[in-house]
Amino acid sequence: MSENTAGTAKISTFVLLIVPMVLALSLVALELAVNAFILGEEIVAGYFLFLGFIAMTRSGYVLLQSRRRVMSMKITAPQVMTTIECRKCGDKSVREFQRGDYVFKELEPCKKCPDDKMLITAIYKEVKDKEKERASPF
Amino acid sequence: MNVLAVLPALENQLFQLPTGDTISQILSMLFYVVFIVFLFYGQRIQMYVMIREVEGSLYKLKYMRDEGRKTAIETIKEIGKPQTDPSARVDRYLEYFTISPQSMDPAGIVWKLDHILDVRDTRLKDEVKLMAPATDEVQVNNLENTLEAAMALNYIFKVVRHFYIQGKKTLSLYIIMQLQMILPLVMKEAEAYASALKAFAYGQPIGDGAGALVAAKLMHGYETKKVPKDCVIATVPVEGRTAFVIKAEGPGGNVGKPGDVVKALIEKNKGKITSVIMIDAGLKLEGEAVGEVAEGIGAAIGGPGVDQFKIEESLVKYHIPINAVIVKEDIGDAVSPMRKEISDAVDKAIERVKSVILERTKEGDKVIIVGVGNTIGIGQ
Repeated sequence: MSENTAGTAKISTFVLLIVPMVLALSLVALELAVNAFILGEEIVAGYFLFLGFIAMTRSGYVLLQSRRRVMSMKITAPQVMTTIECRKCGDKSVREFQRGDYVFKELEPCKKCPDDKMLITAIYKEVKDKEKERASPF
Repeated sequence: MNVLAVLPALENQLFQLPTGDTISQILSMLFYVVFIVFLFYGQRIQMYVMIREVEGSLYKLKYMRDEGRKTAIETIKEIGKPQTDPSARVDRYLEYFTISPQSMDPAGIVWKLDHILDVRDTRLKDEVKLMAPATDEVQVNNLENTLEAAMALNYIFKVVRHFYIQGKKTLSLYIIMQLQMILPLVMKEAEAYASALKAFAYGQPIGDGAGALVAAKLMHGYETKKVPKDCVIATVPVEGRTAFVIKAEGPGGNVGKPGDVVKALIEKNKGKITSVIMIDAGLKLEGEAVGEVAEGIGAAIGGPGVDQFKIEESLVKYHIPINAVIVKEDIGDAVSPMRKEISDAVDKAIERVKSVILERTKEGDKVIIVGVGNTIGIGQ
């Protein structure tokens, strides 16, 4: 039952055009910084290094953010579990939810006690630890 | 031509290494330019940043709206087996509106609202039956819930879009700012409806059904009787008392009208009811744990207030005390598949109901227990 709906959102063309350009320019700036350092222009080298580094990290960050946005555009159906129990012998099993399941629905007879039918006693989703709220000191 | 060989020459021409002084001058000029630009256009820049942020959320809302529509159409096609494409009808359904009654003279407004809600419910159910002819009563209820979630997503998208366009047209910082400030809460609600879509389509129990599940567990194994509207009632012995347990009829997505049942039951027993206990899902505050059980006084029932009014009116007439037990959860949990913590909390809520009965009533008394909430995926 757990499934992802593919997102219609794409990374924007504008980002796809600009980011490689900025990335290329940042590489040029870094190369210029190396050249300037070799020529003994340490201050200029510092400026170019700073510019190159900032441009590179910024473009990386923009790419990462765009990817994150696309990821967050997906509606994820959580995994839902069904608990089945035999009221007589207490035999219990958990399986994935199937369409048509509902709490207190009678299913096939119990394997251990054929007179009694198995019963759905709970349907729930388990929330993963990372989705749970971060523990607050309050 | 080898590009790598050309690059250094091009680099020398384009980027001749300037001296440290020139760069310092350029940077200080740049600083002044930025300072002046921000001085005069700071607010406008801030507004454009906000507009971009709202735009991002609007894309997400549009995506959720489209997914809602798609899920509704797919579910109708899958279980309703319609002869024609239901898309046009679904689009019409998503645009339905309800006009609340005039409240200039508030006397009698509850009955007017009750009537309008009844008409709405009947109309929407009829529409679903027309869209999906091969469905039974349970599936009609589930489909109606799916369409209502899609309808809510459509409405949220349209309202946010309205203020976004209005803010852009008027370039009013205050319109955009208000929208941007409430956006996290709006998005939270929209995400809750988006996750509810699949739950409704598949008929899975949702967090709001905590109260209905408590009633279902209490009445399971006892004879149940259908009562208007869309509810079931069972007479259950609890701790030596006679408990009339009420819930909406499941397992289809349905909240019923417990107000009418409680009113009729009190009248039938001529007011000889020792206590009414209502169990419902209650909104938790941030920091509170999901599935926490709390106890209090009053009619624990949400919605437009019609049922709460009817119950309170009957209780006042015969001076019957009312107790409430709630299972805490947030809005996202209330409309998405029931979390394990909530499912586990149901047994604690039952224990709490029993302790209220033991403490507040005597043996042989009659009590009414109402499990409030959407009973989707919960039988009896």
